[in-house]
Amino acid sequence: MNDQAEPKERIGVYVCHCGSNIAATVDVADVAVWAKERLGDEGVVITHDYKFMCSSLGQELIERDIKEEGLTRVVVAACSPHLHEKTFRTACARAGLNPYLCELVSIREQVSWVHSDRQAATEKAKAVVAGGVERVIHNEPLEPLHIPIHPATLVVGGGIAGIQAALELADSGHQVYLVEREPSIGGHMAQFDKTFPTMDCAACILTPKMVDAGGHPHIDLFTWSEVVRVDGFVGNFTVTIRQKPRYIDTDLCTGCGICWEKCPKRVIDDVYEAGLGYRKAVYTPFAQAVPKYPVIDPENCTYFINGKCRACEKFCPTDAIKFDQEEEFITVQVGNIILATGFDLFDARRVPQYGYGRLANVFTSLEFERLCNAAGPTNGQIVMRDGVTKPELVAVIHCVGSRDRNYNNYCSVICCMSSLKFAHLVKERTGARVYNFYIDMRTAFKDYDEFYQRVLEEGTIFVRGRVAEVTDAARLPSEDGKLIVQVEDTLAGRQRRIPVDMVILSAGLEPRHDAKAVAHQFGISCSANGWFIERHPKLDPVATMTEGIFIAGTVQGPKDIPASVSQGAAAAARVLGRINKGEIELEPVRATIDARHCSGCRICNGLCPFNAIIFHEDAMVSEINHALCQGCGTCVAACPAGAISGSSFSNEQIMSQIEGLLLFDRPVRSRHFSAV
Amino acid sequence: MSKNGQAPKEKPKFAMYWAAACGGCEIAVLNIGEKILDVDANFDVVFWPVAMDAKYKDVEAMPDKSILLTLFNGGIRNEENEHMAKLLRQKSQILVAFGSCANEGCIPGLANLSSMQEVFNAAYESVSTENPQHIRPQFSYQVPEGMLTIPLFYPVLRTLDQVVDVDYFMPGCPPESHQIAAVIDLVIAVLHGEAELPPKGAVIGVGDSTVCEECQRARNIKKITKLVRIHEVAEVDPDLCLLEQGILCNGPATRSGCGARCPSVGAACIGCYGPAVGVVDYGARLMTAVASVIDSTEPDEIEAILDGIPDPAGTFYRFNLAHSLLHAARPAMEEVIG
Repeated sequence: MNDQAEPKERIGVYVCHCGSNIAATVDVADVAVWAKERLGDEGVVITHDYKFMCSSLGQELIERDIKEEGLTRVVVAACSPHLHEKTFRTACARAGLNPYLCELVSIREQVSWVHSDRQAATEKAKAVVAGGVERVIHNEPLEPLHIPIHPATLVVGGGIAGIQAALELADSGHQVYLVEREPSIGGHMAQFDKTFPTMDCAACILTPKMVDAGGHPHIDLFTWSEVVRVDGFVGNFTVTIRQKPRYIDTDLCTGCGICWEKCPKRVIDDVYEAGLGYRKAVYTPFAQAVPKYPVIDPENCTYFINGKCRACEKFCPTDAIKFDQEEEFITVQVGNIILATGFDLFDARRVPQYGYGRLANVFTSLEFERLCNAAGPTNGQIVMRDGVTKPELVAVIHCVGSRDRNYNNYCSVICCMSSLKFAHLVKERTGARVYNFYIDMRTAFKDYDEFYQRVLEEGTIFVRGRVAEVTDAARLPSEDGKLIVQVEDTLAGRQRRIPVDMVILSAGLEPRHDAKAVAHQFGISCSANGWFIERHPKLDPVATMTEGIFIAGTVQGPKDIPASVSQGAAAAARVLGRINKGEIELEPVRATIDARHCSGCRICNGLCPFNAIIFHEDAMVSEINHALCQGCGTCVAACPAGAISGSSFSNEQIMSQIEGLLLFDRPVRSRHFSAV
Repeated sequence: MSKNGQAPKEKPKFAMYWAAACGGCEIAVLNIGEKILDVDANFDVVFWPVAMDAKYKDVEAMPDKSILLTLFNGGIRNEENEHMAKLLRQKSQILVAFGSCANEGCIPGLANLSSMQEVFNAAYESVSTENPQHIRPQFSYQVPEGMLTIPLFYPVLRTLDQVVDVDYFMPGCPPESHQIAAVIDLVIAVLHGEAELPPKGAVIGVGDSTVCEECQRARNIKKITKLVRIHEVAEVDPDLCLLEQGILCNGPATRSGCGARCPSVGAACIGCYGPAVGVVDYGARLMTAVASVIDSTEPDEIEAILDGIPDPAGTFYRFNLAHSLLHAARPAMEEVIG
């Protein structure tokens, strides 16, 4: 750097008050005056502080200065680039300045909102501004990339959210690939008997949608399948789906059911029947399964175990049993992906004091759903574990695994309402006395609180307090043979022991056990809890930080059926917008390999999440395909030779910004980084 | 003898000096063989302590900028080193940081991880040191004849460019003889008006890329599942990239120019040629590269793989610590700051 040279850029610095959001903590006027004085040698020719830079007047201020003062660079000190980077870049573009020569530095999220000492915050704001100024000098004009959008969409997860998303897209005439891990779509909702607060039959409202999805001309359904590989980027993903062998030729199978009738092997159904019922080794999970084709479970099938039996094959009227079927890999091209992979139920065994798995008549919520279900193992009879006795006293415990520092801090949202539903169903079907043990009653949303009133009026007894334990150790003769719920009744202000026949644990919702792996596969992030992170918690709940990947339903966090359906539809709407536009404009932040400095060491070759790096065996150098590169920077960081640079994140930009931040109050000319 | 057989009338002056260094760089210069005669034919060697007798005061008496070319090796460890660096800067037209110590601090620079006290403990109190009276160097000592002084020892070692302005940088521990010969040929060609000097600040006597470019071993997409020391490998595949065999090789991050001498004989590159073009912090570069290709997502497994690196600071920063962004560890820096 030549010390005597005139600054080569003309830089404007704009400091935003953000009402009082910034101005209450940072002396914005002082920052603006300081920047003009101290950063003049760096090329700052004009500075302003303004009440709301994002207002049209604020934007016009920048545009005017670009035109009248001939600014070549702009630094706006305001909120996070997430919010208004686009606003100010667009303003610059309107005035004829390349938008990427504008830098937004955050003095709100990173300064005023996190500090209370006005003087120190003002100093920090100056440092942040100095960093931005040093950086913007090295910014280069860039042109946005235009990427065409493939009109097909992948929906992962065939629960209600995924089905809704798939139907919305398919109904508008676009191709959808719907992938489901289980043999049938339907998800958790297919296991429920009734849905709160209307007490609609879950199957009655769900199965029409399942049938629609199953037979839709624009939906290709892949059940008993998983996504194993995702290549590419927004607009043009290549997805590899592994279809596990059903051992059934679906072209021949009519779903008549003779195979599972004849199959001699009974297997406890841990998935659909929650362990309460049986299925055969060849089975469909439930009567209304979509598709109708069964699967053979090779771990339990006698033929697969010892090579004998083949009863199903013998009796199949269409010769559809194919024991030699192998897994298939199908590759599809899609422009966008919607993840609706749902939740796992909290495992109530993890709360040993509630006795699930040890005390026979402690049930989980899912088991209870199956008990209630007319198509379930008891044909809808609410009975105790012996299969015949009707309970006379029933306890429903809320918040099992939720709102509990030992397990999950969050509220699982649906359990209060489903617990009320259980109370209602028990009352209705058995006439038993029901106790609900709750911490707080959460019945927000339409018609929910009315349902609570109804259950109260039905005579359910509500005890406010977290249950300490469920035990079969009787202390009084009246407790003999009962389960005793020990609880502090916080409204009555005393300990109570309530003997009951049956306990239902309202287990919370947890992220899928493999959520992190799935997030990694699709290049998105999980929160610390494991829920997928949306682009913005309020304003962009179904998009993710990865372009082209959307999320819907409980994969994003606990929610009930209406909310899941809304998200499914919302994600579909976002995708439809993309498809209709035909292309997407992307930030031109891309990595480039300087072939002169590339040694062909191949460190970067396996790292690119978008498979954008090609290795040329002949020249022994690697190259980046800019159409595939998403500018994530993984290879830039990894390149041991420093041969890969990322536009907008060059070493010069980053080092200069750091220098500006750290040395903002030093004499300007001592700053420049010399260690290259 | 010059190339055209005609020595200039008054030969330009040449100097070479060693500061905190092992002496290997001097040997490397002599190791260029008969090319040394070209040096003699074209230059008047005015100061080169290892090769000829000279006093510092002789240098002090020289006019400023009277030496055309000075090869300076060694880091700046004490007051004497600093004095000579500044003196030779003042007297020389072209000052070359010669060899790893002058460029990056090299092995002596690793002492920047320790306080001055720890350095002295290692030197004067180790198990292998016979020092029953616990004698330590005194920087000044009163004797009947007067005050004796020795140069002050600094808490941290600095590289030449951290002390004075440097014209060219020539890395290597030591620089390879063929590279030295090439540089000497270039300077001589410049003297005869047959070539131009590279731009000031250039790294000379090196290639454009990293050691892998010169290495003949086959390379694949890297997936590291273990890191071992070379003697722990039963049979090293002579044709496959060492890193892919789990042997931590610094080649990917190290400037080319040596001809991949170490990996070509089955020893991992240890990084003496320093960082690649434009790389600010060698160790950080190499670390992120190695970390990027560890083939695991399990924290415990990753930890276990990384445990295969017995001395991370000495592995990633063996040559570069004094020139890294960190420069020195806290105990040493605290002594600097006071």
